[in-house]
Amino acid sequence: MRNNRLLAAPYVLWMALFVIAPIILVVVYAFTSSSGGFTFANFSHMGQYAGVFGRSFLLAAIATVVCILLGYPLAHILSRENARLQRMSMMLIMLPMWMNFLLRTYSWMSILENTGLLNRFFAAIGLFKLINAVGGALSPEWADIAYFRMINTQGAVVLGMVYNFLPFMVLPIHSVISKIDRSLIEAAQDLGAKPSGVFRRVTLPLSLPGVLSGITMVFVPSVSTFVISQLLGGGNDLLLGDLIEMQFLGSAYNPHLGSAIALVMMIIVLICMLVMNRFGEGEEQAVLM
Amino acid sequence: MLLFLYAPIFVLIVFSFNDSSSRTVWSGFTFKWYPELLTDASIMSAVYTTLLVSLLASAIATVVGTIAAIGFSSMRRQWRSPLLAVNNIPVMNADIVTGVSLCLLFVFAGQILGFRQGFVTLLIAHITFNIPYVILSVMPKIRQLDKNLVDAAQDLGCTWFGAFRRVVVPQIMPGIVNGAIIAFTLSIDDFIISYFTAGSKVFTLSMRIYAMTKKRVSPKINAISTLLFVSVLVLLVIVNVRQMRQEEKARRLARSINL
Repeated sequence: MRNNRLLAAPYVLWMALFVIAPIILVVVYAFTSSSGGFTFANFSHMGQYAGVFGRSFLLAAIATVVCILLGYPLAHILSRENARLQRMSMMLIMLPMWMNFLLRTYSWMSILENTGLLNRFFAAIGLFKLINAVGGALSPEWADIAYFRMINTQGAVVLGMVYNFLPFMVLPIHSVISKIDRSLIEAAQDLGAKPSGVFRRVTLPLSLPGVLSGITMVFVPSVSTFVISQLLGGGNDLLLGDLIEMQFLGSAYNPHLGSAIALVMMIIVLICMLVMNRFGEGEEQAVLM
Repeated sequence: MLLFLYAPIFVLIVFSFNDSSSRTVWSGFTFKWYPELLTDASIMSAVYTTLLVSLLASAIATVVGTIAAIGFSSMRRQWRSPLLAVNNIPVMNADIVTGVSLCLLFVFAGQILGFRQGFVTLLIAHITFNIPYVILSVMPKIRQLDKNLVDAAQDLGCTWFGAFRRVVVPQIMPGIVNGAIIAFTLSIDDFIISYFTAGSKVFTLSMRIYAMTKKRVSPKINAISTLLFVSVLVLLVIVNVRQMRQEEKARRLARSINL
């Protein structure tokens, strides 16, 4: 079996060409300017966009926290069911994931729009009349609301992120929780812990690797998306992904700046990867369904 | 929770039968968007492109990935770990970074070698992000392989290749098949990477859908969604039925041995 090692050679070559070389190119472009000289200017130029960075991180962080709050209980409850129900639930949770990402986000547009389904529903049950009547007495600006402005807000973008990435939080957590040794839990109960104590001292710490994986798998795509922010955010508040897209294919063609931003993003991912390698677990399950 | 997850899909499907162009106002039931969809040349050619790229990319990725996985398994840890880490880069990286870096590569190389982005670059990009998933899927199976079986086969007179074909492949086949399915699904569904590497003349279905969402006109989008959803559902049911049958077989085998 000694020459088996050479079997991997073609792929190693491929990786060098199409994984490593592009990254090297990104680094090179990030540190050069269009006239070809070495420069840090791209990075200082990035400073202009500090607001965009901040917004992207904030929204992605909010989305991640919401996913944890929603996903952890869900994973925990599911892990206590019997095997068949668990598998079916997993399938049901993953099924929307298999629908095209664009279409799922697009359909939220029709739900959240000013003349969209939710607002129509509220109008139909007279919610707005109620608000106008009651709130109008309190302050003039509540007196003539005809719809809730939900789309083209940052809240809509967070909603889109949570909707799209929630399963990626649920799966690693569920995978880790269901592997916790039952005897540990029983031991804790034998030693007199109440259910909340068992949870706090046994389940929670042991499930942290899964939570970490989930955080990575939600935060990274959220920080770098541009589809969600363009469709649900109206393209007003730019996110990092929008910026990068603009630099490469859009109006402001500046691949050097775009590479600098992409480099920053890669470093973020690298940090997440290192954290996950040390502490995380369960992400392979999630990736492979 | 389930309501939250499925509401948008439900909305999409329902409105694909809507009689007017509106996305939110219902005005009657009709099938008319579906035939219109089928006669729309730009959409149909995008479907063709998507299917072609996905099939080719997943096939090539499966073969190359499986061979590479076997090669990786025979390596010593000091070689294998860094190589596997590089392998995982496309998996861990945000799609946009992979797409943008490949775009840079193609533009740069294109300027030197004189080609433009198109189907080939799209295919290369898809293969690149498919192979890691195949490897991730096959390697655990290889690890579970009993090396003695291969030696036994060779003792019985097989060439190395014969042993490979008759012993190794059947045992890792579930991993290979799963890897192929994952690769295919990822390719079909991909948007961001295709967006950056297909150039200006080639379109995948996702790219077409993106253009349509920006213009927000026709319920043809809804019709596409419904069709996609149904096909995904069918595919998932098939996969799960296969899995259940495999488990049933394993259980029956275990029971008969225990008797």
